[in-house]
Amino acid sequence: MKFTEDHEWLNPDVEDGDVIVVGITEYAATQLGDVVFVELPEVETRVAKGDEIVVIESVKAASDIVAPIDGEIVEVNDALTDNPGLVNEDPLGAGWFFKIRVEDVGALDDFMTEDEYKDHTGN
Amino acid sequence: MDETDVLEHLPLRALHEELGGSFVPFAGWEMPVRYGPGVMAEHLWCREKAGLFDVSHMGQVMLPADAGEALEALLPMDVIGLQEGRQRYAFFTNAQGGLLDDLMIARHAEGLHLVVNAACAATDIAHLESHVPDVRVLSDRALLALQGPMAATVLERLVSGVAELRFMDVARLRWEGVDLWISRSGYTGEDGFEISLPVEGAEGFARALLRDEHVAPIGLGARDTLRLEAGLPLYGQDLGPEITPVEAGLTWAIQKVRRPGGARAGGYPGADVIAAQIEGGAPRKRIGLLPEGRAPMRAGTEVFAAEIGGKRVGVVTSGGFAPSLGAPVALALIEAGIADDAALWGEVRGRRLPVASMRPPFVAHRYHR
Repeated sequence: MKFTEDHEWLNPDVEDGDVIVVGITEYAATQLGDVVFVELPEVETRVAKGDEIVVIESVKAASDIVAPIDGEIVEVNDALTDNPGLVNEDPLGAGWFFKIRVEDVGALDDFMTEDEYKDHTGN
Repeated sequence: MDETDVLEHLPLRALHEELGGSFVPFAGWEMPVRYGPGVMAEHLWCREKAGLFDVSHMGQVMLPADAGEALEALLPMDVIGLQEGRQRYAFFTNAQGGLLDDLMIARHAEGLHLVVNAACAATDIAHLESHVPDVRVLSDRALLALQGPMAATVLERLVSGVAELRFMDVARLRWEGVDLWISRSGYTGEDGFEISLPVEGAEGFARALLRDEHVAPIGLGARDTLRLEAGLPLYGQDLGPEITPVEAGLTWAIQKVRRPGGARAGGYPGADVIAAQIEGGAPRKRIGLLPEGRAPMRAGTEVFAAEIGGKRVGVVTSGGFAPSLGAPVALALIEAGIADDAALWGEVRGRRLPVASMRPPFVAHRYHR
């Protein structure tokens, strides 16, 4: 699992090596507080790194989740629409956001390791 | 005070830290926004049991008992007729009939106890000092609120006699020698109490309340969702200098004696505007919105009377997720001509989403009347 400075995690999909699963870290979920609404991108959308593609609202405020990498959205976690609290309950598992097909899985190497991410958040 | 870098600390700061509070700046104060469980859990706890809030950031002022007449020149309430042992919701107005702040006025034997919003406290005090003699700022008193269906049972165990109070009654009682000014009131829609007490006795009293298993500390985050569900307006969002009390749906708080035809009608800033609106209607009105779906409509969301095209008919002044309903709710200020059951849309991220309009509160009040 790799991490971004925007507190997203990236993990290769077990079924397809060119697909990366993306969610937010436990740290981010805690900072956001209770998530009450998630708006996901459309499947088959091509996105560029930095595009704001998910809207996530907690009790307190709205935030955006950006595409961590260029690619095509191949699947979204529809369960979040009815049960956005999954983001708080299981951010690294059932609370995933979307799966993105990338050109070059090697690009994952550019992201932070777990240890580097822990340094980044000061934990 | 330089508001950009110096924040005031609550007298019970150390206790909030010990309880796991996370802090945010609010109205010049560093306030606990939530504790460990988070906003949703704290909100639901308060609706089911009893929540303890530290609202010591609010301004407390004592005016002489005979200041009623001078005070009535600043606000449209019946202060002279306010009985000892009773409290009343009030608001200062400006010359245009707009709202300068909302506040509580309680009559004690020694004088009138005012509680004003933290963000407005400095200007309120200056405003009072220029019109009322002997304004005493009570900076040595903390303010706690205990809210929720179990509040009366919990507080009665520590302070015998509070269970007899009814909504908006006030009493001076003692706990281990500490002088408590207790009113049966609050800003959550629940039964509960607000307790003004000397700073030096506040921590011991708060700890005594927290020792009860039914009491949990509640942060500013849940205070906001609780008051929003209860349809209670927040100054700076739902109320402001450009909004009149009639538009804000607060005409009920203007007693008959101060309305047109009353024995002491008018005589406060903006009285002509407000009287005209009481009799002939106001250009806007405050309503509640229930958005379809789950997307919250935050303050600033524009409201339309058509799904496509048409002009803006209003704006959300407070909005968010209502934990007790499991759905978003909002308060909005809209054109008075819009029918109560009109179909409306709120524009969120460029898309118009349907909303049902209704008369707040979203969650019924449970005051002990």
